[in-house]
Amino acid sequence: MNENTDTIAWNREHLAPGPAQDAVVKGITGEIEDKGFIVANLDKVVNWARTGSLWPMTFGLACCAVPMIHAYMARYDLDRLGIIPRGSPRQSDVMIVAGTLTNKMAPALRKVYDQMSEPRWVISMGSCANGGGYYHYSYSVVRGCDRIVPVDVYVPGCPPTAEGLIYGIMQLQKKIRRSGTILRG
Amino acid sequence: MVENANLAALGEAVLAAMPEGRIVIERGAELVLTLPREGLLAGMQRLRDQFGFEQLMDLCGTDWPNRPLRFEVVYNLLSLSQNRRIRVVVATDAATPIPSIAGIWPCATWYEREAWDMYGVVFEGQTDLRRLLTDYGFEGHPLRKDFPLTGHVEVRYDEERKQVVYEPVQLQQDWRNFDFMSPWESMTTLPGDEKVHLNRIEGGKA
Repeated sequence: MNENTDTIAWNREHLAPGPAQDAVVKGITGEIEDKGFIVANLDKVVNWARTGSLWPMTFGLACCAVPMIHAYMARYDLDRLGIIPRGSPRQSDVMIVAGTLTNKMAPALRKVYDQMSEPRWVISMGSCANGGGYYHYSYSVVRGCDRIVPVDVYVPGCPPTAEGLIYGIMQLQKKIRRSGTILRG
Repeated sequence: MVENANLAALGEAVLAAMPEGRIVIERGAELVLTLPREGLLAGMQRLRDQFGFEQLMDLCGTDWPNRPLRFEVVYNLLSLSQNRRIRVVVATDAATPIPSIAGIWPCATWYEREAWDMYGVVFEGQTDLRRLLTDYGFEGHPLRKDFPLTGHVEVRYDEERKQVVYEPVQLQQDWRNFDFMSPWESMTTLPGDEKVHLNRIEGGKA
């Protein structure tokens, strides 16, 4: 603990549990309840942590997976942003649906999404994932992955460039910064 | 030319061994053998053992809705030892099975499953005739010409039942066919370029 925090630290005398300690705690609690700054700042810290380490579940279904891989590789290097692709839904925060989602794959996609721990987000990448795209009228393709999972950010393009995907990720970070909270909805 | 002469000679030899078949050389370099259903198994066996076509490269189907035998099954064979290829075509209808050649080339099993999946051609003697590509529980054969493009069912996640459910197709907008004249193939004068184009033609004449 440095000087600065020492000055505002409470219970500095390490009071034993009892009426004296209760009085200090009650006083401090009353003060911060009025200002309400603990919740707000904690949210900020949590959002900073979440935006700084978005671990994507890589759901490369088709050719959109290639620009997604480009974004991970040396040139754009998403590791700089703390974005590390994971192979397991249990370790992931965001799912990037990259490519054509077929009817046969839809239950598997939903199962993977259900296995992700909260909070979780979904980026829909490319025309096919956004709304069926080229295969909109096909007998075997889901007309948009938002029929299966709730989508946060849609990245347009066929396929989107790696820059496009990174912009989409940054939009998601912005969304988390603005609407993220530690409270569970 | 020597190659073509060799191809014709091979075609004649094949025809001599299988007189029930018909030989055509397509596009000057592709040997096509048409066989009746009954002669397929024996013919394929001879092509492998006698003519050295060791490999089955591909097996696919075609749908000709106007013909009485509407389906064709096409086998592409390769002989590495002779650097030769031959295509074998067998016709059938939806009700009559075609003998399976999985006993001659075991790799044919997946191809036959795919052909059955897509066209509904039944292969007699194929013990593993499951669907290969389409969805579990899919109904119909999508590559048939009379199969509707958008199919019969679509999927959606049902929040109440907590699972992906199948429903009859409901399109927000019908399929539209944009039949533009291609500026690269049929339109010689692009819109707005009429004057320039005219000058160019007249300039050429003068």
